[in-house]
Amino acid sequence: MSPDASARTTPYWLTGPALAVFLALVIIPLGMTVLLAFYDWGQYKGIVAEFTLKNFREIFSDSYFLEVFLRTLRISVLVTLFAILIGVPEAYILNRMSPAWRGLCLLAILGPLLVSVVARTLGWALLLGSNGLVNRGLMALGLIGQPLEFMFTETGVVIALVHVLIPLMILAVWASLQRLDPQIENAALSLGASRLTIWRRVILPQIVPGILSGGVIVFALAASAFASPAIIGGRRLKVAATLAYDEFLNTLNWPLGAAVAVLLLAALVILTVGTNRLVERRYSQVFE
Amino acid sequence: MPSNEASKQSMSHLVLEGLGKSYGAAVAVEGLDLSVARGEFISLLGPSGCGKTTTLQMIAGFVPVDRGRILLDGGDLGGIAPNKRGLGIVFQSYALFPHMTVAQNIAFGLEMRGVEKAEREKRTLEAMALVGLKGFEERYPRRMSGGQQQRVALARALVIRPSLLLLDEPLSNLDAKLREEMQGELRQIQRSIGTTTILVTHDQHEAMALSDRIVVMNRGRVEQIGAPDAVYGAPDTAFVANFLGKTNVLTATGDGSGRVAIETLSVPLAGATSGALRIAVRPERLGFAADGAPGFSARIASRVFQGAHWLLTAESAAGPVTLIRHNDGTPVPEEGESVKLSFGPGDAALLAEGIGA
Repeated sequence: MSPDASARTTPYWLTGPALAVFLALVIIPLGMTVLLAFYDWGQYKGIVAEFTLKNFREIFSDSYFLEVFLRTLRISVLVTLFAILIGVPEAYILNRMSPAWRGLCLLAILGPLLVSVVARTLGWALLLGSNGLVNRGLMALGLIGQPLEFMFTETGVVIALVHVLIPLMILAVWASLQRLDPQIENAALSLGASRLTIWRRVILPQIVPGILSGGVIVFALAASAFASPAIIGGRRLKVAATLAYDEFLNTLNWPLGAAVAVLLLAALVILTVGTNRLVERRYSQVFE
Repeated sequence: MPSNEASKQSMSHLVLEGLGKSYGAAVAVEGLDLSVARGEFISLLGPSGCGKTTTLQMIAGFVPVDRGRILLDGGDLGGIAPNKRGLGIVFQSYALFPHMTVAQNIAFGLEMRGVEKAEREKRTLEAMALVGLKGFEERYPRRMSGGQQQRVALARALVIRPSLLLLDEPLSNLDAKLREEMQGELRQIQRSIGTTTILVTHDQHEAMALSDRIVVMNRGRVEQIGAPDAVYGAPDTAFVANFLGKTNVLTATGDGSGRVAIETLSVPLAGATSGALRIAVRPERLGFAADGAPGFSARIASRVFQGAHWLLTAESAAGPVTLIRHNDGTPVPEEGESVKLSFGPGDAALLAEGIGA
């Protein structure tokens, strides 16, 4: 082999193993799922490998599926909203802390990421139950007369998901805060701006890309979350991910489950790409 | 004369009285007294950690004052929030708002002051013309060169017509050629609008080129205050002598009647006491003594040709010396050659024992 040719082929050899793993573990199963979504299925004939749009027709015509998808959307939007409302100020405060305190608080924020989502959600189930700590506390304070329904409600799912996903929002916003010029607030201050104006006119516009990317991550993970809705939502409160799981493992209608998964994936891809486009178009002038 | 003192106070635009700041046990600034006349250009010059930036931040209000006070037009600035002081500040990093266009950046301060739109636009355009940025209104800062960003920062600070312009190492991020250009421009702009200006810098050339007076600081204290040529020509301390340009610190003997001597060379020097004294002589003021003329002996240790001049170092009993000889065609002594050096009256400055070397 001439040195020229080997210089051309070496990169392919070096990336080969990683590519093979990616292909075998992500692309091929994904392709098979997409293919499966277009297969036929019957109670007695099982999966039949012939092309049909039956599964999608069923999803779009049955109000049950519409309800589940709408619920998934509602939960994801609420989770994203609360993650922004809580996470952005938290990241800002974190950024202004002294390094020692910041380290401690980062540990407190990131620590839960080291614990399994199932364990954390079970913890929430204990807290949120009708006899749980939250309800008992509120009743002891006399704020409520009888226990609030958290378990098996959307409220409970949203609370658990916000807790599970908020570290990702904080990290995304904190990363964009760290790119701010450390003197920028002093500059605005010297020009006569109040603290609130500085926040609104100088800080917030510069961390919008961070909020958007954090929002996309939180939304995508909330929409495809399985463990929290399964445990807190229970068997009655279905979301897209638990619905697909049910079709696969309970009804054994794999093609329908695959169609649900494909629709969820398509919606999330469109959202992610759309947000990226927006960020690029709006901010390419402003940020490198 | 108290009345004279009072009138001098009222003449001063900015007065720093016994200003001090500590961080824990570390003293950042101590006993800083300075009065600045209206329209004056003052440089705070010193190595990093000398307290110059802390001083600027105390004037700006970003750092609380521990001791002493700051008077602007006779009024105490203590307790006035930084966003109410009305000072124009140019930061080392420029700190421009990256999400706003150049025009929006410059107009920000006017907007905060509630200046109406038409007036705002007029003054923004005026400020842009002043710093030579006409036509850049719609640009974003990231799409501009360092020099242009610097001009935006300057225009943004000046457009609010500040009573005081504070410059925090504004030119240190520019390359050497651009820095020199901007120095000239900065000086010219400051002269034309007459705003009292405080510049913080570690660059002696910048301080000398721009200022009416230089405040040389070291370890939180003032070493010397004076006009650039006065401070350069007659440094009070060895620190000042060494920090402003190259200098030779020589050991001389005072005769107690206002003269100092090194070997056969004897020159008048005001304030010279008797005994061993330390004096400073600039490299360009040292010369070779003519045959038989008074001088002190030295041996050339090295010589470096630098085009327009020769840089020579030599060893003498009074201490190591550096000389700069203009390349005027006369032969220059070889390395290892013994020579006699001399300097004239007025070329030497008597050094007090300052802090630092």
